[in-house]
Amino acid sequence: MTALTETQLMVVATAEALAQRFGPEYWREHDENEAYPEAFINALCESGFFGVTVPEALGGSGQGLSDLVLVMEALCRGGGGGGPALGYLFGLLGTMTLVHAAESEHQQDELKALAAGERLCAFALSEPDAGTNSFNISTTAIEREDDFIINGAKWFITNLQHSQRLLLVTQTQRAGSTESCGLSLFLVNLPNEALTFTPTPKHGFNYYKSNQLFIDDLVVPKSALIGELGKGFASLAPTLNAERLLVAAGAVGTARLALRAAVTYAKDRVVFRAPIGSHQAIQHPLAGAHAKLEAAWLMIAEAAALDDAGTNPERAAGMANMAKYVAVEAAIETCYQSLQTYGGAGYAREYHQERWWREVQLFRLAPLTQQMTLNFIGQHVLGLPKSY
Amino acid sequence: MKALVAVKRVVDYNVKVRAKADGSDVELNNVKMAINPFCEIAVEEAVRLKEAGTVSEVVVVSVGEKSSQEQIRTALALGADRGIHVEVEGRPEPLEIAKLLKGVVDKEQPQLVILGKQSIDGDNNQTGQMLGALANMGQGTFASEIKVDGDSLQVIREVDGGLQTLKLTLPAIVTTDLRLNEPRYASLPNIMKAKKKPLEVTNPAELGVEVKSHVTQLGVAPPPERAAGIKVEDVAQLVDKLKNEAKVIS
Repeated sequence: MTALTETQLMVVATAEALAQRFGPEYWREHDENEAYPEAFINALCESGFFGVTVPEALGGSGQGLSDLVLVMEALCRGGGGGGPALGYLFGLLGTMTLVHAAESEHQQDELKALAAGERLCAFALSEPDAGTNSFNISTTAIEREDDFIINGAKWFITNLQHSQRLLLVTQTQRAGSTESCGLSLFLVNLPNEALTFTPTPKHGFNYYKSNQLFIDDLVVPKSALIGELGKGFASLAPTLNAERLLVAAGAVGTARLALRAAVTYAKDRVVFRAPIGSHQAIQHPLAGAHAKLEAAWLMIAEAAALDDAGTNPERAAGMANMAKYVAVEAAIETCYQSLQTYGGAGYAREYHQERWWREVQLFRLAPLTQQMTLNFIGQHVLGLPKSY
Repeated sequence: MKALVAVKRVVDYNVKVRAKADGSDVELNNVKMAINPFCEIAVEEAVRLKEAGTVSEVVVVSVGEKSSQEQIRTALALGADRGIHVEVEGRPEPLEIAKLLKGVVDKEQPQLVILGKQSIDGDNNQTGQMLGALANMGQGTFASEIKVDGDSLQVIREVDGGLQTLKLTLPAIVTTDLRLNEPRYASLPNIMKAKKKPLEVTNPAELGVEVKSHVTQLGVAPPPERAAGIKVEDVAQLVDKLKNEAKVIS
């Protein structure tokens, strides 16, 4: 990542400048009040941040995952911590999937509106009984003569309250069949009478509502189907790989922000005779965390470059999982040591460290647990037998 | 109507500027550079005039080393149509820049030239005025509002204790004050488009301008560090020290 192009430097500078407008205090207030960061999301929309990977012909920037991780890292490091990560990520997933799968003119128009930031698209895959095993979801779309009828339930579906579209992942039954022919993707308008949802109270990220979603007799036209019937997973796979790297980049950005604050504090704070940053019990953990973050960042860059090149998908997927694992471990260690640097003050909300600590915990659980990344590395990179 | 906007590459306003160890200059190694904030306001104003249909083309020019092209690209991403880079080595002084800009004005024949009132590195506040004199154009400096009206320009200036309204005949020169507008952020698609916009590189010889420096920088020093204070025993001692040591009261 030492040699960014002139364009990448401008993109990063733009993301940093936007992030600086919404500093830590903005996010603290919104977290405390459980308020949606509307001004921040609107600024992302207006500046075209949701169209990074959308082709230029459809109003996007036509860039790759290498550029997207730069944007994500800069938004988090620039002042927001984890706050921007989730809002940005959940607005991207549906759009990124459409980039791969939108075919009809109508669907391309939908993509244009998403790239331009005129609409936001939420993303619904997770279910209470499926967990990481996406093939085990039970929400089902049944094909009928002129339309589909969908029933089921989803879990941890973020920002339904503020989105105008929903990318819904379902099992599919062809007309007359009771067997699933695989996963399908549907683009659904929000709000929708057939969809009801209730937020799940959670540990952090209280700016965004993550919902239990109930789908009762949702009827959608055939044109709402994205990609091929029963072959939705193929359209979804690139998005899920990218999601790992985006979370990794968000974790590194959040941790770098926490570390920078801790370093500033450690230079300033004098309890006995010298600044606490001169004590090795403070200095070494911060130095070690910094080194690990740099290593993680190089892995993210490598994984994103492999993904963009597209020549070796297996190696790209392995590297994405390894980068996610390493980045999240490094980010958790950094946030732990940054909070510890503050002593008791680290527990006070006004210093933000406790919030970043809460936020970084999500990344060891979602989009998949650290243990599942190790399963992937063990099985697909090292060639060990599958245990589950 | 064509608008010409001058932009300067300076140390980013967020950076704490340091002197080099040998005191010869400001440290610029590994320092984040950006468009001078007043120049950014100038670009924004020109782009707004274009969006309003008053201006048909926005040309952005920068005088400086090759790296100044980064700031021209940023201006193009903000909405300018094309760029001109006048390549010079080192750091030219205001009169040299004004002469080079005069060369560009002669070539481009803009109806409106917008510059920042000063750059945050040299703080000279001279280039716009010198260009006005060299190009024989009327000038409205420290503008907080401008309005094009046919072949004239109304400029509201921020002056000590109030506002002054001027009417200038076009072509004219405007230098921007802080409150003229709030510059936008470049959108990502516009950053991509900026890559494809034309950027012409020229030099003093091509413009027929001879640049000659009249000023030599002898040294750069940081302000002295603030010394520690003392605690006084009582009000009488405080008054005594203010009177006899600090000599701020009599």
